[in-house]
Amino acid sequence: MTARPAHIELPPLPVIDPGTTADLIVAFIRSQMAQTGFARLVVALSGGVDSATVAFLATRAVGAKNLLAVRLPYRTSSPDSETDALRVVQALGCRTGIVDITPMVDPLLALMGDADADALDDAAQVRRGNVMARQRMIVLYDKSVEFDGLVAGTSNKTEALLGYGTQYGDMAAALMPIGDLYKTQLRALAEHLGVPAEIVAKPPSADLWPGQTDEGELGRTYEDLDRTLFALVDRRWTVDRCVATGLDRDLVEWVAARVARMEYKRQMPPVAKISLRTPGIDHLYPRRRPGSRRTT
Amino acid sequence: MEVRIALAQLAPHLGELDANLELVTARLAEATADGADIVVFPELALTGYLLQDLVPDVAIRADDPRLLGIGSATPDVMVAVGFVEETRTRRYCNSVALLRGGRLIGLHRKVYLPTYGLFDEGRFTRAGQQIRATEVGDPLHKVGLSVCEDFWHPFLPMLQVQDGALLLINVAAGPARAPGSAAGLAAIGGWHKMQETYALLGTVAIAFCNRVGNEEGLTFWGGSRLLGPDGSVLAEAPLYEEALVIGVLETDDLRMGRYNLPVVGDERLELVRREVDRIIADRAGIAPPVDQGSDGEDDAPAVPAAHEPEREVEPA
Repeated sequence: MTARPAHIELPPLPVIDPGTTADLIVAFIRSQMAQTGFARLVVALSGGVDSATVAFLATRAVGAKNLLAVRLPYRTSSPDSETDALRVVQALGCRTGIVDITPMVDPLLALMGDADADALDDAAQVRRGNVMARQRMIVLYDKSVEFDGLVAGTSNKTEALLGYGTQYGDMAAALMPIGDLYKTQLRALAEHLGVPAEIVAKPPSADLWPGQTDEGELGRTYEDLDRTLFALVDRRWTVDRCVATGLDRDLVEWVAARVARMEYKRQMPPVAKISLRTPGIDHLYPRRRPGSRRTT
Repeated sequence: MEVRIALAQLAPHLGELDANLELVTARLAEATADGADIVVFPELALTGYLLQDLVPDVAIRADDPRLLGIGSATPDVMVAVGFVEETRTRRYCNSVALLRGGRLIGLHRKVYLPTYGLFDEGRFTRAGQQIRATEVGDPLHKVGLSVCEDFWHPFLPMLQVQDGALLLINVAAGPARAPGSAAGLAAIGGWHKMQETYALLGTVAIAFCNRVGNEEGLTFWGGSRLLGPDGSVLAEAPLYEEALVIGVLETDDLRMGRYNLPVVGDERLELVRREVDRIIADRAGIAPPVDQGSDGEDDAPAVPAAHEPEREVEPA
């Protein structure tokens, strides 16, 4: 591999104006509430920067008393995650609750023949991660009925494009406030919103097993991933152009392939076209439309 | 003479015609109470923007009493308002009506329907087929109506200027995106440049009314503006928020503007037409007009007798 000439600058990281972005998202959340007829939000608070940012935005949009931040630890979750989640609750003064998912997850895994939880191959680890994410979803959606709120998702654009999330798990939500923000943009937004510095600074982790970090699991830094995604997706650069601008070819090809392979996670499942008019194909309506607002 | 122009930057309710008629009527009452002579509402103010298959549900005819009723009680006030029009031949168009005293005095159907990127208008509405300026009487003589994307095609406002417009009214539903720069949002910079350029090159006043509010994931940015015929900003509404701003257009500025910078009067439409005809013939691969014209100079470069027309699709 030839070294990159010194005069070539890497493609830029996507930049946002955090103030404007926060205003846009708050307006978006408020409009979703008004259009659906809900006043409250529920968010799963992990102690990480994404869910903290959503909680801060949600508080701005609907007020702390209308936000339920649910903590959903598993027995191997880092104690720091719980500490940081409580920091957010304290900073916001929002409502909170805790449900330990261990008694949901462990018997289920045992039932499905996964008793030896500590010696796992990759496939088993993926299964465990998915089970945990989906159990959290079950609790969150149940809480949303009890609290009479909408579930605010915490998925970001980097995760969505790379498919780094569990379908019907952490990707399940009624609205996606930060779904069009890259991970590196989220840090700027989090700082602007006043998310505690410890949370913004710590390495991102799904915290599905001890020592797990996103960057370790993905094998790339978020800076490299976001630089590459921004060039490929937002600016529609070719792989060759990214490489010519100094990005590593392995990185760019890996990202491009992953974005393509994970398309299925970003779309509703295809419907076999039979009739003259098919939902999602030629029966097209805005989700929030006359009659779609709930009436109580 | 002063003309007071109000920009009613509002957030329509998606798909709710009756609610929007009420909203428009209320804002109109406020504006007329403030002495407005012209009140401009945004694109699709009566229906909301992201309609998709709701289009036929909210479409009304241009002679619908509900439309004509807007401002019918104030016969001296002109009102521009966007709506979904069902035409006599049952086309559905994104239209803007110019109303005065219960009469439709002008109508423009959006000619350029953006169907790219986040836009999908060409799927749900049909394109207008006319670019005209509307007679409104003194002191503005004629007004050129257009809808949002129409302004990204400079021939349209410039044709309306040549057709006699002293005021261009553009009604819009511009979604915010890429809040990357310190200046704020992508697209706003482009809008400002084009408004100022058209005002300057057309020595024409411009009233731009852009909606606010949210539909699905979109946030509309507002920032409605009134510009004088030198491109100066006479009134400006805030970003994102509903607002009713009134600016004062001094018609003497139009008069002196066109004396000081007589570029509109110096336009060579016959030349434009000849070259446009030639380009159309060339692109379509049809016989060019008989008279190709010349610039009258003996040493003009020879034009090839016949040349390969540029085709959109090469024959197999």
